[in-house]
Amino acid sequence: MRDFQIVILWSDVLVWLLLAAGIGVGVLIARSPPLLAAWRRVSANRIGMAAAIVLLAFIGVGLLDSLHYRPALESESRQERGQERQYAVEVLSLLDLLAIPLRTKNEKTYSAPFATRLYAMETLEVPGLGTVREFPRLKYGGSHLGEREDAVFADAGLTALRVGALAMLGWLALAGAAALAVGGWQTGGAWVGGWRRIWRGETAFAWNAVLATLAVILLVALPLFALAGQYHVFGTDKVGQDVLYQILKSVRTALIIGLVTTLVMLPLAVLLGIVAGYFRGWVDDLIQYLYTVLNSIPSVLLIAAAVLMMQVVIDTHPQWFATAAERADLRLLALCFILGIMSWTSLCRLLRGETLKLRELEYIQAAQAFGVSSWRIILRHILPNLMHIVIISLVMDFSSLVLAEAVLSYVGVGVDPSMTSFGTMINNARMELGREPVVWWSLAAAFAAMFLLVLAANLFADAVRDAFDPRVA
Amino acid sequence: MLAYIVRRLLYAIPILIGVNLITFALFFIVNTPDDMARMQLGVKRVTPEAIAQWKTERGYDRPLFVNAAAGGVAALTDTIFFQKSARMFVGDFGRAEDGRDIAREIATRMGPSLAIALPTFVLGLFVAISFALTLAFFRATAFDVWGVVLCVAAMSVSGLFYIIGGQYLFSKVWRLVPISGFGDGLDAWRFLVLPVAIGVVAGIGASTRWYRTIFLEEVSKDYVRTARAKGLPETVVFFRHILRNALIPILTGVVVVIPTLFMGSLLTESFFGIPGLGSYTIDAINAQDFAVVRSMVFIGSVLYIVGLILTDISYTLVDPRIRFQ
Repeated sequence: MRDFQIVILWSDVLVWLLLAAGIGVGVLIARSPPLLAAWRRVSANRIGMAAAIVLLAFIGVGLLDSLHYRPALESESRQERGQERQYAVEVLSLLDLLAIPLRTKNEKTYSAPFATRLYAMETLEVPGLGTVREFPRLKYGGSHLGEREDAVFADAGLTALRVGALAMLGWLALAGAAALAVGGWQTGGAWVGGWRRIWRGETAFAWNAVLATLAVILLVALPLFALAGQYHVFGTDKVGQDVLYQILKSVRTALIIGLVTTLVMLPLAVLLGIVAGYFRGWVDDLIQYLYTVLNSIPSVLLIAAAVLMMQVVIDTHPQWFATAAERADLRLLALCFILGIMSWTSLCRLLRGETLKLRELEYIQAAQAFGVSSWRIILRHILPNLMHIVIISLVMDFSSLVLAEAVLSYVGVGVDPSMTSFGTMINNARMELGREPVVWWSLAAAFAAMFLLVLAANLFADAVRDAFDPRVA
Repeated sequence: MLAYIVRRLLYAIPILIGVNLITFALFFIVNTPDDMARMQLGVKRVTPEAIAQWKTERGYDRPLFVNAAAGGVAALTDTIFFQKSARMFVGDFGRAEDGRDIAREIATRMGPSLAIALPTFVLGLFVAISFALTLAFFRATAFDVWGVVLCVAAMSVSGLFYIIGGQYLFSKVWRLVPISGFGDGLDAWRFLVLPVAIGVVAGIGASTRWYRTIFLEEVSKDYVRTARAKGLPETVVFFRHILRNALIPILTGVVVVIPTLFMGSLLTESFFGIPGLGSYTIDAINAQDFAVVRSMVFIGSVLYIVGLILTDISYTLVDPRIRFQ
């Protein structure tokens, strides 16, 4: 008898698998000196590390949102009778638990950021005055202020200041720890020296960029969440849902699209690319034919066709899914799968070309002369020398996939309409610019969050490419 | 040269057959015509008779590959594969759900698509090359660094933002151009200015950065050093030598997209209400009109393959060594 029932969605499994794989790859990298050296170069890149911290923050939100459960329904009478507990149909995540005020405090309809009143006029019955048309007071937004509605600015500012000061204290602790780590524990007062080196950017690891980014994130995020309990900091949408909550939920969708897709395309691209380049002959012809055919079909159209087909399958088999969340989840994974099938071709071509060059080098020929088997040569001598291409293209693909999701959702072949994503947010909000008065906040928030994520990914990709690409270095 | 082109054309045939088979598999084997009928008819009217009638109306009641009932040649021709898929090779795309001939629809919608796509392509290429050349000229200065950062930022903005934001600012707030629609003849320019401008701006970040690396690769080559050693001023080195040589990889790289310009842009056309092929495709996807989507997939692939062939030809034109390999 528990208060909740753990729900394991397929995409959750993949997310945690990806995390495990990431840690595994990290261990492998630590063992391989050239890769470790390249990652050291990444860690020295200030812009790259700042971007990495932002990405980590997004990934943290995504991971929190990847632990799902179904809460038990409140029914005491049933418990007394000793019956089985019933669980809600709604699937929640750990993030939902943390963001309860955001999730449950729904207004009636649109309200602007930090508003205390609705954005639409309503006819109200006021005792003594008859019917009046006015903007009704919000149920939750700024409700703690009572009658002092004009004090929003002062109140919000004060809260932000208080929490900001707390955030600063937390940051100082972090910075002190970093200074200690740089300066070393043993000698007294070394942390002052450590701090000086960080400040001047003399450390091998870009500590100053990391700490500065952390300061900005803490100073923005913590006051934002403190205020989010009392106000709708990014406003509410048409059905009165908090926009900040939707943004947080969108992060997981974007990350899954960007990461799980690479999980699908990577084995295909690496295996086929190396095999084509190494064995040549008819294998090469066949694989080249395969990717030319796939490439020549316009990708959006093939994705659209495949998603339409998948939708038919899902619609004709409603018995497969216990909850709507599971159905949306399967559609998301199918979308990742389709995107992966579409996007392995370019990496495959790159790897094939590079393998063609590598197999002519002396050390490979020496291995062949020693009688080492082909697969062993591929695994031991060719694959490690292609890793830089794989890593660069993985990081580069992430941002384009996140952007593609928005476009696909607009076209109607993206994620399930019931699943929150940047694409569905934009799609729902795009007509709002046409209404009078304009509702701009959901659109602006969705675009801004997506921009931040994609910009961080692009900048990180640049840093990775600079560190790994032998041509640039 | 002629033999080379013929060889490339012959090579395109198996690829087209592959595309055709993939689309056929996707549209008829993964999903049977029964599934499509249920989807189109909706839940309420699904009776076996209704499905059978739907299939007969569209000719989906034939067997997939071999019609054993019909004798002779008809055993192969009176099938879904031959009627619906193979006939696309001769430009027969059948009818859309609304009963219109798809081939004719495509022919009339190509014009508006090109009217948007062609100016966007040409202008975008010109602007991006100019920007990239400027950045390369001031390479390794603060101007260059910030230019690249700006490019990355511009790349990180969703294409939807440019369209939605542009439409809002220029059409709704400033009322400079109509929000959407399309006109005939010269009158069309009012409708074209904004989508073309947005298309150029949206593509500028990625292409400028790409061309800049091409220019930088060219800058470090030996002939550039020779030109400098001869005492040529930097501007002459750039415009007479580097620009011309860098244009080779740039132009041969963009040749592949020229034929696909006919397909139009899905997003731009549907946002601006332009009656081109892009909006046709989007409408078909939303209406789940499988016949139209299938035809557009096929046409898109044909155009892409034409682009590949043109790319190969353009390579041999600039570099005759490739022809003889």
